[in-house]
Amino acid sequence: MNGPMIEARALTKRFGPFVAVDGIDFRIEPGEAFGFLGPNGAGKTSTMRMIGCVSPRSGGVLRVLGLDPTDDGPEIRARVGVVPQEDNLDTELTVWDNLMIYGRYFDLPRREIRERATELLEFVQLSDRRSSRVDPLSGGMKRRLTIARSLINRPELLLLDEPTTGLDPQARHLLWDRLYRLKRSGVTLVLTTHYMDEAEQLCDRLVIMDNAQIVAEGSPRQLIVDNVTREVVEVRLAIDADPAAEVAKLKRFGDRVEALADRVLVYTDDGDATAGEVASDGFDAASVLVRRASLEDVFLILTGRTLED
Amino acid sequence: MSTPPLLRVVEREALVYARLWRGLAFSTFVQPALYLAAMGIGLGGMVSAHSGRVDGLAYLDFVAPGLLVASAMQLAASESMWPVLGGAKWMRQFHGVVATPIGPGELFGGFVLWTALRSMLGAAAFLLVAALLGAVPSAWGILAVLAAGLCAAAFCAPITAFSISQDSDLSFPLIMRLGVLPLFLFSGTFFPVSQLPSGLRPFAVLSPLWHGVELGRAATTGRFDFAAVVVHVAVLVACIGVGATFGVRAFARRLSA
Repeated sequence: MNGPMIEARALTKRFGPFVAVDGIDFRIEPGEAFGFLGPNGAGKTSTMRMIGCVSPRSGGVLRVLGLDPTDDGPEIRARVGVVPQEDNLDTELTVWDNLMIYGRYFDLPRREIRERATELLEFVQLSDRRSSRVDPLSGGMKRRLTIARSLINRPELLLLDEPTTGLDPQARHLLWDRLYRLKRSGVTLVLTTHYMDEAEQLCDRLVIMDNAQIVAEGSPRQLIVDNVTREVVEVRLAIDADPAAEVAKLKRFGDRVEALADRVLVYTDDGDATAGEVASDGFDAASVLVRRASLEDVFLILTGRTLED
Repeated sequence: MSTPPLLRVVEREALVYARLWRGLAFSTFVQPALYLAAMGIGLGGMVSAHSGRVDGLAYLDFVAPGLLVASAMQLAASESMWPVLGGAKWMRQFHGVVATPIGPGELFGGFVLWTALRSMLGAAAFLLVAALLGAVPSAWGILAVLAAGLCAAAFCAPITAFSISQDSDLSFPLIMRLGVLPLFLFSGTFFPVSQLPSGLRPFAVLSPLWHGVELGRAATTGRFDFAAVVVHVAVLVACIGVGATFGVRAFARRLSA
């Protein structure tokens, strides 16, 4: 495909007086894994629904696969795969029937669907479950089935809205591995997440959304380099400490200090040295921990809030 | 060869039905037999013993088409409530459908068409049982299945349009009790509307079920007035048209806003 996979300029979504997406610009190239990172309510899902042509935009320009969702919704949807935030499988039917039905929505011949379904169940490691009903499957298995289902039309573009929310760590890692393989096979991935580790694992490039707007854009690495120091010292305060006073004292140790509910983050380029200074100063802390800066810190510094808020 | 989106929705519903039909067999075959036995044979026996005939028909012949069409309405009405809200809110399969090339309007149309077809399946079973009991004097009786399908769609389209816009199922039992049940009882199903108090009689023509029942009765008895048949069909088609106008919009509002 020539040109970008998705292009948005001043893309806006309003529900009555409420502005869900406030004039955002982005461009996603073929083969990329692109992420929308942000807290709940930032406008990620509304953006995804506009891209998936199930929600008309209120303003701005949007092109998906070079087409306009307003005019070519069905044609775009025929070439896109969607993994929604909440599973919407036919739970009273079998794994196999779910794939057959979904394939028919795309008007694929049954023989073709059977071939693809067999391959896809192999791919998401559900071949041994093809005859079981969906209802009793675990959350991770349902998620994998939803991904298999989203691939039944061999999409060029896969939209994943919070793909691993609510899954245990093992299920998440299995899912990430499958998504990584898809990306390697050339499928363009667009995902939303409020997990910074997911964004770091999967995304070549991402935008950080807050309050319906994009506040930063870049590769996970670049975003950290541009916005945060290399390392972070996390100081957990003693239980009887006065937070305001302690934060004031910690200010002189780092380039920047952020106070959270249960701990204080000191941003510095040399974590061990700073942690040493804090300790030798006789500072009254329950614990002191040094770690590398992450996207979580980028978000905190840009918005003043944590992602889980 | 491509299948129209509307029929792909029907295909899905038919597959679900095919997988679950055993659980539905009771309501399909046993219920009509029970109704006909109680109303047609039990009550009908008494009616025959006392007054002989109803509108010139044996009571069993009178009540059989009424029950046939009214059952189709009941099935269509309940299928247009809980499953619709389920698809939009609880199970959310409707959201899965509109993510594919199928649009919300086509989903609505396919759903109504399927409900009509399913009601016709039930009506066919009913007709078979009724015929075995000797309650279908005319060979035109086969057309009663069509009357049932038309009547089912006339209820399904507007009720589905209403259900999709609901946030909870609180209003559904109310519709069943205050809407569907009175229609079931007073639309010429069990007794001719001429038995209604004179002040209420004109309201019978407002009941889509009455038009459906009259069509069904025309078919099973073979006694019909062509002009009346045209009017009954037109009223039912109009109900479908109004329901579809609202339904297509309501589906788009709920699923693709």
